[in-house]
Amino acid sequence: MVNSSPNSTLLSADGTPLKKSLSRSLRQQKIRALLLISPLLIFILVAFIMPIVSMLSRSVENDLVSQTLPATVSAIQSWDALSGELPDELVYKAFAQDIQNAAKVKVHTKVALRLNYEKSGIASLFKKTARKAKKWDMETDGPFKEKLIKVHKGWGEVEVWQIIKTHSPRYTSGYFLNAIDMRKTAEGADFQPEDKTILIKLFQRTLVMSLIITFSCILLGYPVAWLLANLPMRQANLLMILVLLPFWTSLLVRTSAWKVMLQQQGVINDILVQLSLVSDDARLIMINNEIGTIVAMTHILLPFMILPMYSVMQTIPPSYLRAAKSLGATNWTAFWRVYFPQSIPGIGAGSILVFILAIGYYITPEIVGGTKGVFISNRIAYHILKSLNWGLAAALGTILLVAVLILYWTYDKIVGIDNVKLGG
Amino acid sequence: MNFTKTIMTTASAALISSAAFAGSHMSMEMTIVSWGGAYSASQLKAYHEPYSAKTGVTILNDDSSSTAVAQLRAMNEANNITWDVVDVEAAPAMQLCDEGLALEIDPDTMLAPAPDGTPASEDFGDMLVSECFIPQIVYSTTFGYRTDLVGDNPPDSVCAVFDTKTYPGKRSLFSVPINQMEWALLCDGVAKSDIYDVLATEEGQDRALAKLDTIKGDVIWVSSGSDTPQLLADGEVIMGATYNGRLFSLIEEQKQPVAMIWDGQVMDLDGWIIPAGLSPERQARALDYIMFATDTQRLADQAKYISYGPARASSAPLVGKHADLGIDMAPHMPTAPENLSRAFLMNYDFWADYRDDLDAKFQAWLAK
Amino acid sequence: MSEPKNSFLSPFVFTLICMAMMGGLIGLVAGVANGSGPLGLISGALFMFLISFLAIFLRQKELIVRYSICFFLIIFGFLFIGIIGVFLGLILGWFSGWFLYWLNLGRYRAKLQPYLSAGQVLWHYTFRVICGVIFVFLITPILVVMPLSFNAQDFFTFTPEMLRFDPDGYSLKHYKDFFTNNEWQRSFKNSLLIAPVATIVSVSLGTLAAIGLSQSHVPFKRAITAILISPMIVPLIISATGMFFFYSHVGNFLEDRIGLDKNFVGYVKVILAHSVLGIPFVIITVTATLVGFDSSLTRAAANMGADPVKTFFKIQMPLILPGVISGGLFAFITSFDEVVVVMFVGSTNQKTLPWQMFTGLREQISPTILAVATILVAISIALLVTLELLRRRSERLRGLSPG
Repeated sequence: MVNSSPNSTLLSADGTPLKKSLSRSLRQQKIRALLLISPLLIFILVAFIMPIVSMLSRSVENDLVSQTLPATVSAIQSWDALSGELPDELVYKAFAQDIQNAAKVKVHTKVALRLNYEKSGIASLFKKTARKAKKWDMETDGPFKEKLIKVHKGWGEVEVWQIIKTHSPRYTSGYFLNAIDMRKTAEGADFQPEDKTILIKLFQRTLVMSLIITFSCILLGYPVAWLLANLPMRQANLLMILVLLPFWTSLLVRTSAWKVMLQQQGVINDILVQLSLVSDDARLIMINNEIGTIVAMTHILLPFMILPMYSVMQTIPPSYLRAAKSLGATNWTAFWRVYFPQSIPGIGAGSILVFILAIGYYITPEIVGGTKGVFISNRIAYHILKSLNWGLAAALGTILLVAVLILYWTYDKIVGIDNVKLGG
Repeated sequence: MNFTKTIMTTASAALISSAAFAGSHMSMEMTIVSWGGAYSASQLKAYHEPYSAKTGVTILNDDSSSTAVAQLRAMNEANNITWDVVDVEAAPAMQLCDEGLALEIDPDTMLAPAPDGTPASEDFGDMLVSECFIPQIVYSTTFGYRTDLVGDNPPDSVCAVFDTKTYPGKRSLFSVPINQMEWALLCDGVAKSDIYDVLATEEGQDRALAKLDTIKGDVIWVSSGSDTPQLLADGEVIMGATYNGRLFSLIEEQKQPVAMIWDGQVMDLDGWIIPAGLSPERQARALDYIMFATDTQRLADQAKYISYGPARASSAPLVGKHADLGIDMAPHMPTAPENLSRAFLMNYDFWADYRDDLDAKFQAWLAK
Repeated sequence: MSEPKNSFLSPFVFTLICMAMMGGLIGLVAGVANGSGPLGLISGALFMFLISFLAIFLRQKELIVRYSICFFLIIFGFLFIGIIGVFLGLILGWFSGWFLYWLNLGRYRAKLQPYLSAGQVLWHYTFRVICGVIFVFLITPILVVMPLSFNAQDFFTFTPEMLRFDPDGYSLKHYKDFFTNNEWQRSFKNSLLIAPVATIVSVSLGTLAAIGLSQSHVPFKRAITAILISPMIVPLIISATGMFFFYSHVGNFLEDRIGLDKNFVGYVKVILAHSVLGIPFVIITVTATLVGFDSSLTRAAANMGADPVKTFFKIQMPLILPGVISGGLFAFITSFDEVVVVMFVGSTNQKTLPWQMFTGLREQISPTILAVATILVAISIALLVTLELLRRRSERLRGLSPG
């Protein structure tokens, strides 16, 4: 009992009050812990979190339009985009000025590419206009409305101006809308035409297939981990080599190997045909679809499931099972009520590892997935590497990341992240 | 603890060896980006080796051309350009040029004239599709087929791809709209000259996809040029689309039972760009390399190793025999008159406008 | 020879039934292949039944019986299928001979506890078979890669020559390519430099942080853990682009302001990027081992006058070493098998093995990558076996019985 009256305060050996001394030691402990963590924490914050946040922030940044066409953007604000009429000469003049400036320093194509995501044809509209606009004299060559429409009839379309106005704010929700198969129009958010919707489907597919892969890994990993944990160490270590070997073989090589195995003229089909289990003209299609992705990725991620399971199972004393049985439990009850609950942390750790890794994979689905077995990451990679729509890629990445974080949080609530075990 | 000691020793050894790299300062070095494989090998033999021998510059090869635009853009944003010369196709080169990511070239002062004195601008002629692009080769994307799987009726037209009755079996196509949409319309009866006008309309796009729908179940979709040769070699597909140089190597070097269709093949250009924003010293070296590597003789030399046509008119007569096989290379060039007769020219401006839109549609269609 | 105790069948009948079932199963497969399943089933069952009956009834020596079954089936296979039939007959003959005596002499019980019921014995072996199948699943792709790396052609295809075991179908040219091609050599050396250094960075920083994290009163523990393992959960392609911009700035700073060599800075960038990717694995494994760590040990050490550093290396480190090693292993593999980030962050001078493989696969399919894979597998088998042998030796020296 800690008494509040001063003369009964407990003192520690050096004469300070115990309470104070304890809280000081607690503070020291906290500081020591933070000191140990801080080098890595700072390293990760600076070298990872900051770059990722700045990358992901591209999903809402949209200063390209307002930077390149500043006069147009301020002039167009007074125009009612839904009036159905073209903006007045002021806007056209501001635009002519802007595009002339932009063309001189060659930044007009960046805007053109950005707006071309919204409507095909804007890229060439801008390019053509910029080429002409370089020669204009801003003082004498007006009025620019007729002039611009003469250069390209696109400038006579209300839709083009609507797009410029809709995408002029410095921050946009446009990429996030695109990422869920919607688009930003002058009237507000709207669904994409049906022939362009793909991303939601890909998100669903990514989740479903990652779940299937995780479950197949549990199914295949559990017996192996059990066997490894219960064999004498000599045999277990030798078998462990078989589990670790695939690890040492490059991901690319293993994926190609599956291609060799699964394709229609591949090893498995050849054997089946040789044994006449399958006729030569009805060879099984096991690649370039979901099966290919699931098989190859299950194989690649299986060690990530086995190792944590194994390390957890090693800590479960075999005597528990024997005790359960001697108390009259059947084999099944003994396993299900005694052994299995204790192995759950291993399953949890393995599953979260496999699921998170699966959700972000893109090289394996790219090689064996065909069109039916690709993931959302393939689309992210496409937008980063090929279409250069980094804003959309960042939006997709953010959504994926949020999904993983929610999952991680749920996992932490249910199992507790401290229970994650990996090898060792 | 023995183990800790081992770790410490390894650590210090690794650190020392990595520090040793700091000592070797390389200034006479340039990084050239290309496609890898046999193509890079042909450039190595025809351009890099003679250039290094002449100037002493070490050339590092980076096989990143397929992601060059994205990486150049990122490098430019980060102000950290590590490449000196980059090999890209014409369309990305135009995009890079428009974005100001590539250096503008004056062909008559920066490129070597033909041996007879014709200025480079005339020698390259129509191939100079962009101010920043130094054309190197003409290639085409075309179909190869397994001679042993098509029976007595070898296909002669690109439309054999859509004829699953006469030619049952799988075929491989690229999983992008470019080329596939054109072929679909061409085989749906649209005249070559009208294809891009039709493709610019919603109906035309639907028509192309509807045509592709008829063979969708028979197609293996590929993403890189090396997939189709592998699929053909396996007999996994009966015919498939890839670059003509790949097919040449499959047929002549690897001796596979495969033949090529010279019909409806899409002609495209490949060449160099120099990234904008290099230091003056590096830029001068890059320009010096370009001057050397795109002269008449060098371009003709490359054709000894790979069956792509030199982009200079003056190089065509110099195209000789294959370096190892000794066969005459001229008839294998996509620029050879008999191959050229039924070719199809890509419209770069169309794809610059419609690529994003059509790609979204095409991917949605694929996923259906 | 021990009799199955609970069995109501005599071993004789039991063996006959099992053998007939096995024969029936094989017969069914062969029968379906040749048009008539039931016929195959019946003839297969009858065939095995007769063989087993004769073998047991005649009471010949085991070896003689097993050799004659083999011989008989090889002839049979040769007559009906051909060369491949000889091979199949040999396997089937060897297996059925072994299976026959395994069943009949009750060898299946030899290594098990005597009190197990028949069902438990059956389950024991079914379970082993299931595990065997899973191991086959794990290892087959690697077994497929090995012969293909000796392909005389430049494709990932089993050519007819290879299947005929014609020496012309095989060659060492892809190995030669690996050892003579500068690009492969350079990337191999780069991988051997980058992966270990990155591992050391992530293991040392990660272990420190994990020890900090496992103290009892850490403020914001959850948030910090989440941040530290975030590199694992961000999709790689996003990490790659994000890190590209960051490391470009770092690189520019180091080169222009401090004046370090461009090449050296390149390595630093890739190593740092890879160590970030490896850290979550170290954190997870080391915290997991620390959960079971008895902290009174460190207090005891402190009590006896050891300073914290000494306590760490003498007390804590040896105990958490397994976790550190497996975390290090994961971190090493992460770096050694990483393509996406290095392609963005590194420049050509830092090209690693997976990068070279990736371009090899994308631009020109060449079995050289299979040769590399085979070499790596051989090295790792050698390493792992050596480690295991060393462990056994030290166990013997310490006089411990194998666990």
